[in-house]
Amino acid sequence: MIGLVVVSHSQKAAEGICELAREMGGEAPLKAAGGDGDEGIGTDAERIGEAISAADEGDGVVVLVDLGSAVMNAELAIEMTEANARIADAPILEGALNAAVEATNEKATVDSVLEKAEDAREYRKR
Amino acid sequence: MYGMADDATQRAAIVAAAGAVADRLEAEKEHLTDLDSAIGDADHGSNLARGFRAAADAVEDDEESSPQELVKKIGVTLISKVGGASGPLYGGSIMSASQTLEDGLTGETSVAFAEAYLEKVKDRGGAQLGAKTMVDALTPAVHTYKKSIEVDDLPPLTAFAKATAAAEHGVEYTVPLRAQKGRASFLGWRSVGHQDPGATSTWFIMQELLAVADDYLEGEVDVDARSPTIPDETPEEVEES
Repeated sequence: MIGLVVVSHSQKAAEGICELAREMGGEAPLKAAGGDGDEGIGTDAERIGEAISAADEGDGVVVLVDLGSAVMNAELAIEMTEANARIADAPILEGALNAAVEATNEKATVDSVLEKAEDAREYRKR
Repeated sequence: MYGMADDATQRAAIVAAAGAVADRLEAEKEHLTDLDSAIGDADHGSNLARGFRAAADAVEDDEESSPQELVKKIGVTLISKVGGASGPLYGGSIMSASQTLEDGLTGETSVAFAEAYLEKVKDRGGAQLGAKTMVDALTPAVHTYKKSIEVDDLPPLTAFAKATAAAEHGVEYTVPLRAQKGRASFLGWRSVGHQDPGATSTWFIMQELLAVADDYLEGEVDVDARSPTIPDETPEEVEES
């Protein structure tokens, strides 16, 4: 099964988004990697790397990110991991929900989950 | 080209450089944090100082590693100890660029390192010249260094002194620019008139590398980035050649 990692500057935000994504049902491993690793606001490549390893069941991982250093630290974590992990170019919350739904599909791949997550870019609020 | 220092000398220089940079960033911590509080999140000074101190400690007693491995270790330590975007930008780029030092530190490999570092910073951060980032200090520095070594055949120390002077011009250039990257970009026009902290710390780091290089290499350190490297060269002669 495809794993999901949610990277935010805030651990609470990352956990909250995982909580919402779990509501979509499914058994996909979902890991939060928020904060700077020192209980502060920020992102941390090591933390993200550990979350990717924990979420990876061998089929790969899709990573949802918020802003700025979240993207850079996620890229760096992916370069340092063995897992097939990709960053979704998607809004973090909507992307995570879409990805969680697609990950329940038995035939899901990293590419298909990534594509569904990135579909969330089209969502309009009004 | 200029000769190569032996392995032990290279390793000593790398350890000395890491220590000198850590001391300097510690001393400039408040200055950098002041710059960062104007247009960022006020953590640049403390983050970098903490990271480079850890990196200096990591290599200080390392008797085993090659020069390349020492540089890589500095990058890896920065990644784990520096928060925010500076971890991947400084640490990640050093780690990645260390691949160019397989044959140790020479004038030639140091140019390759500088170019690889700049490319990685630009690639990772997505910043181009003029976005009010460290790229504005690094680009003139790397171009000046490469030209001074490869075209003018200057001693690496003289070339690096010119590069450091070029970085200073780049730092000044960031002041009147509007930020287009990082948290500063959210401030829009309010970022104009402030000096970029990342460009500034990059220049500080280069000053310390230069001071350490001066202890180990022959050459001139009192140079101007804008002075012609070959004084009697004129545009006409360049065209003809």
